[in-house]
Amino acid sequence: MTALFYFFAFVMLAGGLGVVLTRSPVTSAFSMVVSFLGLAALFIMLHAYLIGTLQILVYAGAIMVLFLFIIMLLDLKAEEDRKISLFTVIGGALLVSVFASQIIKVVKALPAAAEAMPELSASASEDVKNTGLLMFTDYVFPLQIIGVLLLVATVGVIVLSKKELK
Amino acid sequence: MLQEYIPVLLQILIAGGFAAAALILSVIFGKSAARNPTKDSAYECGMLPVGPGQARFSVKFYLVAMLFVIFDIEVVFLYPWAVTFNELAAGAVEKGQNFFSESYAFFWGMTGFLGILFIAYLYALKKGALRWN
Repeated sequence: MTALFYFFAFVMLAGGLGVVLTRSPVTSAFSMVVSFLGLAALFIMLHAYLIGTLQILVYAGAIMVLFLFIIMLLDLKAEEDRKISLFTVIGGALLVSVFASQIIKVVKALPAAAEAMPELSASASEDVKNTGLLMFTDYVFPLQIIGVLLLVATVGVIVLSKKELK
Repeated sequence: MLQEYIPVLLQILIAGGFAAAALILSVIFGKSAARNPTKDSAYECGMLPVGPGQARFSVKFYLVAMLFVIFDIEVVFLYPWAVTFNELAAGAVEKGQNFFSESYAFFWGMTGFLGILFIAYLYALKKGALRWN
């Protein structure tokens, strides 16, 4: 189990490094898919099956399609020819180290972080069912709001990207 | 718990093995010949490849991709609904209440959600977002 965790964590981090280190935007996008797959495997190891599935379905599937389309809309040559400047490398490294040290400090200050997480109960691992039961009984109204949000997104996309509206 | 994932592992091994076998076997059994620029060029139905390999796409593709993402999110909400439908419907029938009462909220909730997104679909259709010209 632990070995698998380290394997998938490695896959995820390697994908993440690939996103930053490769020069071609398309390679970056595909490294991101690898990173998402590793993350999905980690979610499934935590018995979060719904989130793991959605990670692949929505992020690795739909969002990455969108990313690739955006990349294809742009001029790739300009991005590939861009030089790495020392300033951005130092700035980026500084930002990452500040962020990492902040996370470590917060986790160390949190007493609950020192203890091992308790194992999920059998009913909690039926997460698709539990999500559905809650969503369609107590959270029906928020579901409608999500629908309205998606409607707004549709209108926004069409208004922004269609030049000549009918 | 890990034993349950053996079919998944087999699937990954078969998929990877098939891809690797196709590549390796073609190297072993295929005839190798001297390479030249014409042979190395991309084969595009007998047409001569002209221009860069990664041409810029029209923004129309972006619109379609974006609409795909929105309706993909819509479908995501149907998975927990499908999993719980039987249980919720049986519970509602057991209560014996009116079809328009609170125990049928799971049905009307999803009807409303799909209805709102149907309006979004009609809007896209009416504005010609799905028309290709």
